[in-house]
Amino acid sequence: MADSTVGVESHDPALRHHFATREQQREASSLGMWLFLGTEIMFFGGMFCAYLIYRYWYYNEFAAGSRSISIKWGTINTIVLICSSLTVALSVRAAQMGKRKLVLLLLSLTMLFGVAFLGIKGIEWYEKFQEHHVPGQSFDASDIVREYPQIHINQQHEQIYFSLYFAMTGLHALHMIIGLGIFLYLTFHTWKGTYTPEYYTPLEIGGLYWHFVDIVWIYLYPLLYLIDRKPLG
Amino acid sequence: MATTAVTPEREHYLNQQYGIRSWLLTTDHKRIALLYLISITFFFFIGGFFALLIRLELLTPMGDLVQADTYNKLFTMHGQIMIFFFLIPSIPAVLGNFLVPLMIGAKDLAFPRVNLLSWYLYIIAGGLYLHCLLTGGVDTGWTFYTPFSTAFSNTKVIEAGLAIFIVGFSSILTGLNFVVTIHRMRAPGLTWSRLPLFIWSHYATSIIMLLGTPVLAITLVLVVLERAFHLGIFDPKLGGDPLLFQHLFWFYSHPAVYIMILPSMGVVSEIVTCFSRKRVFGYAFVAMASIMIAVIGFLVWAHHMFVAGISLYSALVFSFLSYLVAVPSAIKVFNWTATMYKGSVRFTTPMLYALGFIGLFTMGGLTGLFLAALGIDVHVTDTYFVVAHFHYIMVGGAVMGYLGGMHYWWPKISGRMYPEFLGKIAAVTVFVGFNLTFFPQFILGYLGMPRRYWQYPPEFQVLNVFSTAGATVLAVGYVLPMVYFLWSMRYGAVATDNPWAASGLEWKTTSPPPTFNFDETPEVTWEAYDYANIPAPEEVPVGR
Amino acid sequence: MSEHIIPAKLYVGIWIALMILTVLTAGVSFIDLGPFNTVVALVIATCKALLVVLFFMHVKYTSEKMTKVVILSAVFWLFILLALSLSDYGTRMWR
Repeated sequence: MADSTVGVESHDPALRHHFATREQQREASSLGMWLFLGTEIMFFGGMFCAYLIYRYWYYNEFAAGSRSISIKWGTINTIVLICSSLTVALSVRAAQMGKRKLVLLLLSLTMLFGVAFLGIKGIEWYEKFQEHHVPGQSFDASDIVREYPQIHINQQHEQIYFSLYFAMTGLHALHMIIGLGIFLYLTFHTWKGTYTPEYYTPLEIGGLYWHFVDIVWIYLYPLLYLIDRKPLG
Repeated sequence: MATTAVTPEREHYLNQQYGIRSWLLTTDHKRIALLYLISITFFFFIGGFFALLIRLELLTPMGDLVQADTYNKLFTMHGQIMIFFFLIPSIPAVLGNFLVPLMIGAKDLAFPRVNLLSWYLYIIAGGLYLHCLLTGGVDTGWTFYTPFSTAFSNTKVIEAGLAIFIVGFSSILTGLNFVVTIHRMRAPGLTWSRLPLFIWSHYATSIIMLLGTPVLAITLVLVVLERAFHLGIFDPKLGGDPLLFQHLFWFYSHPAVYIMILPSMGVVSEIVTCFSRKRVFGYAFVAMASIMIAVIGFLVWAHHMFVAGISLYSALVFSFLSYLVAVPSAIKVFNWTATMYKGSVRFTTPMLYALGFIGLFTMGGLTGLFLAALGIDVHVTDTYFVVAHFHYIMVGGAVMGYLGGMHYWWPKISGRMYPEFLGKIAAVTVFVGFNLTFFPQFILGYLGMPRRYWQYPPEFQVLNVFSTAGATVLAVGYVLPMVYFLWSMRYGAVATDNPWAASGLEWKTTSPPPTFNFDETPEVTWEAYDYANIPAPEEVPVGR
Repeated sequence: MSEHIIPAKLYVGIWIALMILTVLTAGVSFIDLGPFNTVVALVIATCKALLVVLFFMHVKYTSEKMTKVVILSAVFWLFILLALSLSDYGTRMWR
């Protein structure tokens, strides 16, 4: 009994054997990535839930903590990520048109923006480290307590704000690093010529992941940096 | 009839390639299913061993077999191993992986390499958990409640938490693979309303895996961070709320019990229809019931927290929703019963397991309703009543469904028949052993014996002795199939393509199937369970 | 995701909109709107997210129904987690 596959199609290097057509393969990859992003919404969502509860309970400490992080760096980082989303979208478009060199340029710019984001995040974290706002043994928020003589700031509750700050931005940064890894892979394969206007699915779905990480930051930014920036007094 | 034929052995997925590399680097969903089968069976026996130690300790009222701290580790690791390393993967990773592509006429799952990655994540997680077990274990209860787990326990909470985090991703990827496969790779003509109910229940299970498991993952991350850095998110002394942990934990862990039962229900649908030779009564209702269980199952989690300190108003809401979730399960039980009514029933081994499932699941489910009532729950929560309730569903239900499925599809998987007489003996042994073990626990709980206690008042001893006796019988019932399944691989009757004269695409290919499942992609023009047009079993040889 | 190629100008336009919304949300946070500060911030964030999802992620142009089903389901499920948890915290009388 011959173990023939159904219909001996012309050998298409990009078509895996268990799929009947390229279209089916592309739709499967797309649905797969969207489902994965759905799981990521629930993954980050758990921390957003914790954030929501504690902001409800400890609003004053959250507001004070929010003021103590740099709105300048936060806003710059938001802009950096939005720029990187633009370059990603344009790179997929360039791939659709078969413009390999343009794809390479745009992917490189994207990664550059990503590295810039991480660098700035590093600067912010270092500032927090210097101000003793990192949760743990050496946590000390007495500077924040002094800044708000009219409200009682509980240092333990303040530590919860910073725990969530580091956990949420840390998890986001980890996803950025993974994204950079993915884009290195995509850049390599673009350079090798693997992608054509007929087959650029990995670029598409890699782009989806990157946009998702951008969207997480779009929510983190107001929730962490903009809780209460009203002028005091 | 001679089994040593002169003709050379036909090529199929088991003999197509030999060698350890062809197994460890396979992307064939059928081989991956077998890799899972070996792995989960291994963990089943470790978890079962801990259960035996627990039951041995509880033979006498005094704590005399092990120390209290050790006892805490035993029930914790029994629970975590059985839930995360046996029950949650079991049917989906073994039967689901094997059958989903076959049942829909596909050559493989949508993402075969992701499937292999799933198994490797399971192995890495399992290895980490074993290391944790061997270097001190964990004693927090399978539920990791804070602040004990984050601030007071002296055991390897971080390692256990990380292991479960990793195995969670194994689960997520399996669910992702199933959803994409079922959406995008059905054979021509196989519309949603023609799908086997096994597929519907795995689809519903996959939804839960995808939407629930990530919340467990983030919760475990937070526990690990809190324990490592003393953050205070869950510690009341530092302003944290232990109940927040419980909300996040149970948001996954309640739907997780539906991950454990839905695939079994799918198996039961397949078995009952085949051995009644009648299409499932109310197909659409059963299919929709699977989806409703998955959806409503996400709305009831705080019924695990009724006495933990949540507000009375939210307790009322969750109690009401918990009653709702029983409805789709009941619909299934009614429909299975109606399927058998005036059917041509054959009491084969799979059917015995399916019938056991229906009875025992019903008992477990009904006792769940007792627990959903706030007034009753106050008295029986954290007693053996709860322990009996969930074991009726997990063991009397899920495990029996798993065993029934393994027997039913064994000819397809291995190409051999298991010995039917021994199969029936084992099924009855499991049923008797199970009831002897767990029915006394309903009474014990009602009388007030708390769970997770290493000692108990002497008046509870008789019932505990019955329970332990039952556990030994149950153990025999579990070992028997292992022995004769292995025996059958060498000495069992060679199976035909469709020894049960069943409906379903998986029976239209050889036993065992070729590597790419079908010689030609089938085209489906018939409804599910088309028993009117399938030859009766008397006309179909079972073995060669 | 579709085969048709979106003009680069549209992408740049969306990018400009995102920039404006970012500056807007930062600026508004300095104005006292009481409890509405939070509402405005989240509404702006959602607008930005929608622009990214619909245009950069091509959801506006896709012919795949399942994409929208998946997004809406995940968002709805997160909403279940948040809403039912809050139903406990919001009704605990002693806070």
